[in-house]
Amino acid sequence: MTDALHRTPLYDLHVALGARIVPFAGYEMPLQYEGIMAEHNHVRDQAGLFDVSHMGQARYEGDEAALEALITADLPALGAGEQKYSLLLNERGGIMDDLMLSRPDDGGIFLVVNAACKAADFAHIAAKTKGRGTLTPVADCALLALQGPAAKDVMASLCPDAVKLTFMQAGAFTLAGTAALISRSGYTGEDGFEISIPAAEAARIARTLLDHPAVKPIGLGARDSLRLEAGLCLYGHDMDETRTPAEAALMWAVAKSRRERADFPGAAIVLKQAAEGPKQKRVGFRMAGAPAREGAEIVKNGETIGVVTSGGFGPTAGGPVGMAYVNAEHAAAGTPVEIMVRDRPRPAEVVKMPFAQHHYFRG
Amino acid sequence: MTIRYSKDHEWIRVEGDEGVVGITAYAAGQLGDVVFVELPEIGKQVRAGDEAAVVESVKAASEVYAPVSGEVVAVNDALEAAPQTVNESPTGDGWFIRIRLADKGELDALMDEAAYKKMIEG
Repeated sequence: MTDALHRTPLYDLHVALGARIVPFAGYEMPLQYEGIMAEHNHVRDQAGLFDVSHMGQARYEGDEAALEALITADLPALGAGEQKYSLLLNERGGIMDDLMLSRPDDGGIFLVVNAACKAADFAHIAAKTKGRGTLTPVADCALLALQGPAAKDVMASLCPDAVKLTFMQAGAFTLAGTAALISRSGYTGEDGFEISIPAAEAARIARTLLDHPAVKPIGLGARDSLRLEAGLCLYGHDMDETRTPAEAALMWAVAKSRRERADFPGAAIVLKQAAEGPKQKRVGFRMAGAPAREGAEIVKNGETIGVVTSGGFGPTAGGPVGMAYVNAEHAAAGTPVEIMVRDRPRPAEVVKMPFAQHHYFRG
Repeated sequence: MTIRYSKDHEWIRVEGDEGVVGITAYAAGQLGDVVFVELPEIGKQVRAGDEAAVVESVKAASEVYAPVSGEVVAVNDALEAAPQTVNESPTGDGWFIRIRLADKGELDALMDEAAYKKMIEG
């Protein structure tokens, strides 16, 4: 028996805008509107609006050390109005989820986690912080992402104060007459904002944003190609509980102070891997011709040396790009490898990421 | 000129003993932007229903099946440099392969335009 799919507060708007709806992480979500390529390019050139209301939003209040013990961030160092990317790890250092943490106002820490992980994440955090802190899921809010070089102009026309934020800052604002938590962040590699607003106001605000001539609605298809080109991991694909931050090339998301104190979950395992070098490592690759997709085997001299975890055509990169885990000795940029596509080895090269330059607004 | 359609959304335009094969406008629209096409070698023998080519969109790879049996006598090399032709002209310049028909009787198992239209309009 399968559970009924959920709908976000913007479902009716997606349908009205002609979206092709697909099931994703338990939700009926828009895959595309006019087409993945056009939507991808529109975000890189102008601005796109994404419905990411399926993601899990929550507040944490209480003893922050209890929350910090589960993740890789330095919470005392997270100042008012700041945002951090962090990882929720299991006891072996395996990645349970990646998440955004911020302190937008006086209401405690605001967390945003992946849709497919939210029930497990929230149960884990609540259980582990019991008696010391309170995790409250924010179930009555939608989450929108406005991304692209024109995002700042669009935001300036509706909420000029929010444009003062720089990359990875967050605050509480009034947007088109509604209380909103806004952060200068996203998952496309472009400048932009993530906007948490009451569900009841979501469709009105989405329409207001879409009224701006620079803004088009963007589906999950382009969200995936944009984040892949930006070199950003997709949970459940490029990282999961079997991979540590050292293997996933995400040690930058483990705060320096936490590494020094070795007090994050699985620290002994992860720090040993980081010092000695993990057996396998996440890398980027490029190739010509047929794109290698998730699950494709990476070979060298007839031996399997890795596996593709995300792969597809990068419209901005102008060709097939992807991420893979490969044995450490083949992980250096410039290493030629072969990837099996339809039972034939195809030449590819390990390269540095991102595949499309980041355009974050750092002030 | 006879054009027939498969349930897998290929079309075949019969020209004497040969047939030109492509995918329908409906299929091209469903796939979205075509970014790569993999074509068979000339001389390959295919049977009706065999995989004859592969079409890759941004999101996924899809097979193109031979609607009839025969020998591949030509392929549309132009698609390698300009795969988007499949979207722009699915039933014209966006053809995939030309097959020498092994058995013209197989065409009877395919749909005519009216039947295909009925199928996609469901």
